[in-house]
Amino acid sequence: MAVKVRIPTPLQRLTQGKEEVEGKQGTVIELINDLEAKYPGIAERISEGGKVRRFVNIYVNEEDIRFLQAEQTPVKDGDEVSIVPAIAGGEHQQRRDL
Amino acid sequence: MGYVSGLKCRECGREYPVDPIYVCEFCFGPLEVVYDYKKIKKVLTRKSIEKRPKSLWRYKELLPIDGEPQVGLNSGFTPLIKADNLAKVLGVRELYVKDDTVAHPTLSFKDRVVAVALTKAKEFGFDTVACASTGNLAHSVSAHGAKAGFKRFVFIPATLEQSKITASLVYEPNLVAVDGNYDEVNRLCSEIANKYKWAFVNINIRPFYAEGSKTHGFEIIEQLGWKAPDNVVVPCASGSLLTKVWKSFKEFKEIGILKELETKVFAAQATGCSPISVAIKQGSDIIRPVRPNTLAKSLAIGNPADGFYAAQVVKETGGYGEDVSDDEIIEGMKLLAKTEGIFAETAGGVTVATAKKLIEQGKIGRNETTVVCITGNGLKTQEALAGRTAEMHHIKPNMDAFEEILKKIGR
Repeated sequence: MAVKVRIPTPLQRLTQGKEEVEGKQGTVIELINDLEAKYPGIAERISEGGKVRRFVNIYVNEEDIRFLQAEQTPVKDGDEVSIVPAIAGGEHQQRRDL
Repeated sequence: MGYVSGLKCRECGREYPVDPIYVCEFCFGPLEVVYDYKKIKKVLTRKSIEKRPKSLWRYKELLPIDGEPQVGLNSGFTPLIKADNLAKVLGVRELYVKDDTVAHPTLSFKDRVVAVALTKAKEFGFDTVACASTGNLAHSVSAHGAKAGFKRFVFIPATLEQSKITASLVYEPNLVAVDGNYDEVNRLCSEIANKYKWAFVNINIRPFYAEGSKTHGFEIIEQLGWKAPDNVVVPCASGSLLTKVWKSFKEFKEIGILKELETKVFAAQATGCSPISVAIKQGSDIIRPVRPNTLAKSLAIGNPADGFYAAQVVKETGGYGEDVSDDEIIEGMKLLAKTEGIFAETAGGVTVATAKKLIEQGKIGRNETTVVCITGNGLKTQEALAGRTAEMHHIKPNMDAFEEILKKIGR
């Protein structure tokens, strides 16, 4: 079992069209850097200088990481990570109960 | 012949040509229009502006069009009212109301942004315009779009006040009421915008549309006698208006129309939907989305697209953000009406009540010049005041009855 990572449509070109890929446990930023090894180019689309980009939202088990431990949020096998572009500040916000 | 050099991502700075696009392909940041200010500086001066017709198009070089204006030729240039009565009640020396309750043709500041968006939609060659709206934008797209000969699709939250629905339907757009709040309507519209080649004014035309808000700010400067106020209080829904009012001030400085600029920008929200003011008060860079619960429906955007940038402007200028309860909003609306004779929509109540709070807190100085931005007309949201206005006097048709009432009134 690994971490399940959901990839948004605009980034699926980098994952050979896969909507969901497997990631390694650790922190969110480690997970992103590990994805880069398998899918070159993906990390810089999601993050810059170790920080997740402002218009990319990342959810761990449906919770926005900005309200957990941000880039240092731990992820473990079995967790679900969603990467969701905010599209101009959040109009594409993920469906979740606020 | 235009003065626009292209579009640019606000986040990563990547540049794009002028197209109906709104988001950076690389980092997903919002795109913004870039102008050639050196070129503009040569043609746009106080004198050249003053000679032009009194509409928002008198600042056309600072608007993102290539040709001549095509839509909303009579929009903009609303009054800046010196609000001495309100100033007295609030205990400040100099107060102005920028009064978009009388914007043409649909009585809100959205007539500005839509005039610009639909002119741009014509330039791009679209035959259909669309929007997601909490009401005012629906009216403006319906009306401006009718006059300009567009097919129109207008998406609104189904819970909107009946009066706002009627005020769209009269222009006979395709009005679609969606079971959901504004954020959900917007999300649906983003999907629709991907599939249909329409000019969605607040989606794929957004970078151009949003620029129209600058004219609210240009006019404030011009009407103050080419001076910037010490303070400006701006209501926030998406936060776009606030960022654009500030941008307009900075652009006037940039092209030499303004000599000095030290304005503090203040954000006004309803407590029932205050993601921006809360972030400002907490000193946080993170705009935490909320589920809106306020009678100020035109401001009820729980996940504001420009919230981050609005909070940055407030911080950068030394302003502040505040929010007010539904009761304070109603009191704000009534105060503006009974002191200045201006009936604003609930958003206007938010702005007035917030200004009052900021003055009481000492965040706005009593000896300074302050402008409050009033963005929409109260006749559109009369339901908000049901049972909360003063009572009328009901009498039989005779003098005795009338004089009985006069005694009660105490005259």
